[in-house]
Amino acid sequence: MISIFQNYGGTLLYGLGQTLLCSLIALFFALIIGSAFAILEVFPNKFLRVISRVYIELFRNIPLLVITMFFYVVIPMYVVEISGFVSGTIGLTLYSSAFIAETVRSGIQSVDPGQMEGARANGLSFWQAMRYIILPQAFRYVIPPLGNQFINLVKNSSVLAFVAGFDLMYQGNVIASDSLQSMSTYLCVGVLYLILTLPLSYYMRYLEKKLA
Amino acid sequence: MLTVLGAYSWINIRFLLEGAWVTILVSVCSIILSYIFGIILGIIRYVKIKYFSAIVGFIIDIIRNLPLILIIFFTYFGLPNIGFKPDPIWASVIAMAVFESAMVAEIVRAGIVSIPVGQMEGARSTGMSYWQALRYIILPQAIKNMIPAIVSQFISLVKDTSLATIIVLPDLMNHAQIIYGQNTNYTIPMFLALAVMYFIVCYSLSLLSQYLDHRLGTAKKSGEVVEVVQGAER
Repeated sequence: MISIFQNYGGTLLYGLGQTLLCSLIALFFALIIGSAFAILEVFPNKFLRVISRVYIELFRNIPLLVITMFFYVVIPMYVVEISGFVSGTIGLTLYSSAFIAETVRSGIQSVDPGQMEGARANGLSFWQAMRYIILPQAFRYVIPPLGNQFINLVKNSSVLAFVAGFDLMYQGNVIASDSLQSMSTYLCVGVLYLILTLPLSYYMRYLEKKLA
Repeated sequence: MLTVLGAYSWINIRFLLEGAWVTILVSVCSIILSYIFGIILGIIRYVKIKYFSAIVGFIIDIIRNLPLILIIFFTYFGLPNIGFKPDPIWASVIAMAVFESAMVAEIVRAGIVSIPVGQMEGARSTGMSYWQALRYIILPQAIKNMIPAIVSQFISLVKDTSLATIIVLPDLMNHAQIIYGQNTNYTIPMFLALAVMYFIVCYSLSLLSQYLDHRLGTAKKSGEVVEVVQGAER
């Protein structure tokens, strides 16, 4: 294991950087898209609610790999040339946004409905009530589950290995076939993933206990 | 238009269905294994046997925080280094079972924790031993509460079997790739078929989970379980 780190340390760190970069980009956009659909889901308009429901159920029930491969295979074939990293990040964003939408929606719905009624009665519009009354309170509830979604996102970003996204998992495969020491290479890759996910996981558990 | 129809010729459909069969086979095997081992591990984690439970808990945390793809690779390419060489189907069943047992173990622990302490105290005070109380009082209630969460976990298991195409498991995803690899005109129809097939299986499981939630009257309690379970995908 140590010899792997010595010989291929740079490659592994580069992969770690790509994994982190891809996860952060996907998290950013998934948060925006996910929150938007979560708000649509509690919108008074039935049509918008149905659209949001369809979006969420669609992306939650199709494997991440199918979504990612779609962007890797079909989009370059018919629309525009994109790299594996970009298609992987898009797939990851869409997939995670559905889960984040569910998380944020349950956060919004855990806020007492009286809050919305009170705000509306005070003359705030739906959006104002959402923006100033509901979302700030919902945000507190959703921090720990969102952290967990981020952990899932980091784990799921390993799907970039399928589409030549040069992430940690991809570099791990390259090193495994180069050094012929598959076992110790994958152990090294595992340690690097754990450095990202395990501390966050324990921190979220602590936060959940504190907020509960 | 003809090319699109050609993609759904009987030969292709049959080939896809063969893949779907492997997907279902691998899913069912790993569901059974991970259900059994998950409950055992969850109980070990809950009962707090000195040192042993802590070690098991730490191993569960490690496995849950690793990507499944890594575990699949490790099983298929890593284990032959120490002389164990599984074929793709076994490798994916083993990898999925290891990963999902850890996930189920966490759900089981959360399910047991959600049972009020009074139940255990009451059972003990009527003369049951600790294990009897766990077996006859706590577990039946806990399992009822966590069924919806476990079904949700199995939905992600079915989706995750697609990851095993990377070790050339002849599953649905792999067979679709073979078909559009031979004729690029079939790419979009194949992705459509993939999406529809996975969606039907996963969405009906998801409806089953909602139905069970409603039927068992656990909607609120299982919500608590889901909240306690860390890293559950839904």
